[in-house]
Amino acid sequence: MTTDYSSGGEIITLSFLLAFLLAGTPLPGWLGWFWPDWVAMVLIYWCMALPHRIGIGLGWLVGLLVDAGRGALLGQHALAFATVAYLTLQTYRRIRVFSPWRQAFSVLIFLLVEQVLVFWISGVIGYPPRDGWYLAPAVGGMVLWPLLFVVLRDTRRYFQVT
Amino acid sequence: MAALKPSKRVRHLFTVNPTATLQLGLWVALSIVVMTVDHRYHSLDGVRDVLSTVVYPLHYLTRLPTNARNWLNENLAGRATLLEENARLRENQVFFNAQLQKLTTLEAENRRLRSLLESAVNAPERVLIAELLAVDFDPYRHHILLNRGRQHGISVGQPVIDQRGVIGQIIRVDPFTATAILITDPNHALPIQINRTGVRTLARGTGNFQELELPHIPNNEDVKIGDLLVTSGLGGRFPPGYPVGAISKVEFDPGSPFAHIIARPVAQLDRIREVMLLEHEPMAAPPAVVGTPAKTSP
Repeated sequence: MTTDYSSGGEIITLSFLLAFLLAGTPLPGWLGWFWPDWVAMVLIYWCMALPHRIGIGLGWLVGLLVDAGRGALLGQHALAFATVAYLTLQTYRRIRVFSPWRQAFSVLIFLLVEQVLVFWISGVIGYPPRDGWYLAPAVGGMVLWPLLFVVLRDTRRYFQVT
Repeated sequence: MAALKPSKRVRHLFTVNPTATLQLGLWVALSIVVMTVDHRYHSLDGVRDVLSTVVYPLHYLTRLPTNARNWLNENLAGRATLLEENARLRENQVFFNAQLQKLTTLEAENRRLRSLLESAVNAPERVLIAELLAVDFDPYRHHILLNRGRQHGISVGQPVIDQRGVIGQIIRVDPFTATAILITDPNHALPIQINRTGVRTLARGTGNFQELELPHIPNNEDVKIGDLLVTSGLGGRFPPGYPVGAISKVEFDPGSPFAHIIARPVAQLDRIREVMLLEHEPMAAPPAVVGTPAKTSP
């Protein structure tokens, strides 16, 4: 059993970078409401594909960077992302064998948990959500999951990230 | 199929992390500590400085497509379009110059009269142009990130305006970036004055880019739709006289002592690209309690 886990670290970093950029690209009009949190989706993918390597701690760190980048409360996305990583790690054995469309429903649930956590914290510091629209990005994430999954899976296989 | 990963399956199918729940507990606890410290004591500004410097290049990359499009637009614009734009700008300049002449005389006169009255003279304000880097992802919190920071001499509390009117104020300064809160943020209130009548009140954010709420205006007050709101200068943060919004809705509810008044900001807050940061010296030491609009902590 090999323990060489160091291959493809750049690919993982790059995928997070791209997700960060994608998430930061504003979309016009109502589409913007459904624009998903790409960073969380990429985190779910890597937790699922490489559970021995990507986990709660890394999710937390990525979340902290997201907080700094978005000017949110430090720790807000860190907490949500750590939880998402935890949920994925607990269920990856089941989800991994689903087809991408069935996976999308699990992803929807993870993303909903993430949104709810983030907005709970926002509510605590005085920014309660005014309507239900804040859950829309999770739906967008569900719809776009199969696409992201296929792209990341092929990338991972091509570069043999283990 | 996702399942067909032979080599990896053999290796990781039974990877079980028995301490995952414990780990999660620890990280959640750490998050709560970090959030509390950041929110209550603001003593993590050093950490935030480091982190925001790390992610700063990413913001630049995010802007790359937009910048490229603008560059292409500028460079590939047809001759006719450019000539037309040139003519329009020249016309504008003539118009503004004419107005400026009037302004210089008025300013001189104003200063003379003020010195006669021995009141504080309005110091001329310096402006700094900043570009928008990012908007807050939280749709209910109206914060924007600007590409100027401590390096450029930005400080907390500086008013932010655009060519139409007031946008907000700086609430946090990082080495290369600064965060501004918009006047429509639910936690922001701005001391204003109705230009026509001189009634003073606050313009509170509602979380909607098109609406400001004017509380505490009695039912019998003279308020009309279309009245211009300007900053009153109370509180010392904003210089007086900058346009803020126009009254868009007035409702009198006989059951309540105050009218329900909504104004629409004159600045287009949902399509900001460039803003101006005023370097405004408060005239005297402003009393910190009078309507200081920044409220990042409850």
